[in-house]
Amino acid sequence: MSGKVVDTLAKATPPRLARKFKGLSDRAIAWIFVAPTIFLLLAINIFPLIWTIRLSFTNFRVNRVNADVKWVGLRNYERILSDPDIWQTMQATAHFLFWTLFFQVLIGFALAYLINKKFKGNDLWTTIIVFPMMLSPAVVGNFWTFLYQPQIGLFNYVVSFFSGVDPSSFSMIGSVDLAPWAIVIVDTWMWTPFVMLICLAGLRSIPDSIYEAAECDRASKWRQFWTITIPMVLPFLMLAVLFRGIENFKMFDLVVQLTGGGPGSITELTSINLKREAFEKWRTGYASAYAVILFVTIFGLASIYVKALNKVKER
Amino acid sequence: MSGFIKGLLGFRRGAWEMLASILIALGVFMLMQPFWLVAFTYSFIVTLVGTVMFIIVSHFQE
Repeated sequence: MSGKVVDTLAKATPPRLARKFKGLSDRAIAWIFVAPTIFLLLAINIFPLIWTIRLSFTNFRVNRVNADVKWVGLRNYERILSDPDIWQTMQATAHFLFWTLFFQVLIGFALAYLINKKFKGNDLWTTIIVFPMMLSPAVVGNFWTFLYQPQIGLFNYVVSFFSGVDPSSFSMIGSVDLAPWAIVIVDTWMWTPFVMLICLAGLRSIPDSIYEAAECDRASKWRQFWTITIPMVLPFLMLAVLFRGIENFKMFDLVVQLTGGGPGSITELTSINLKREAFEKWRTGYASAYAVILFVTIFGLASIYVKALNKVKER
Repeated sequence: MSGFIKGLLGFRRGAWEMLASILIALGVFMLMQPFWLVAFTYSFIVTLVGTVMFIIVSHFQE
């Protein structure tokens, strides 16, 4: 900030306020500015986390606030970690997480690579591709249930058109085998543009001079792709995977709207299961232990991922 | 391999971070694998040990 601007700001400060701050060190003023944020962080993030950890060792139920709260030690953790239903929801989450990340990275990178090539209508196509990301997950979930309808759904007719299978012979969200793929398709449709945008930023940050130097060295396009494009886009791609991985680990709204966790509990992801334990069965202590397990898992994964990301950036 | 063990014995950050990362990855795999319920049962403790270890050893010297 130039001296002139500082002088103008100083003159504009009301005298009463100026007298209050007179004599305070820069460090003290910095603390005054930062303190509200720190306070909010403690109140909104840290305190609930500590409270959740505390509740996870009790049998507290939020719908019975007057009942005695007993300290149950590690019993909640024991019950969660030996429950085959929760084990099944973990597998459903792993399936969802793995395949959504796989398809989003693959298609997102391919789209970014295409969009990065200069062609007519480039900007228009970028806007059209990005459109699904702008919609609300609840809306997306709702209209995909119509698209997946066996009788009137467009999706079934498209599949029928290409494969010759009768459109009413299969139900994407009613079949135990197809429902896990139905949620993968919708999430991929919605969030691939996000990965595409991040990859596009990475691709556009590569200077043309590097490719020109490679051309001079007679490097083939294939060689340029593997030794220039991929290594330079990798940090961006890893960042996209980190964001999508964390988001999909706690995926809730889209899947609830689409399948409600069904059929049976085949698409019941951990966050849906956790919400049922906490706010339908009202087992707050148990749900807190469940939340702590998920928190530690995500925190651990994010730690090693950020370390890997920093290593890639250093290269 | 001997370098890795020497790093562990000398409390070097790299080696200990590697060990913590392996524990976290193993714990997450145990949590989500569809083969063995016993592995699922012990997954959390493995992940927790790895995560706590990671936080501590990230303050070790390089």
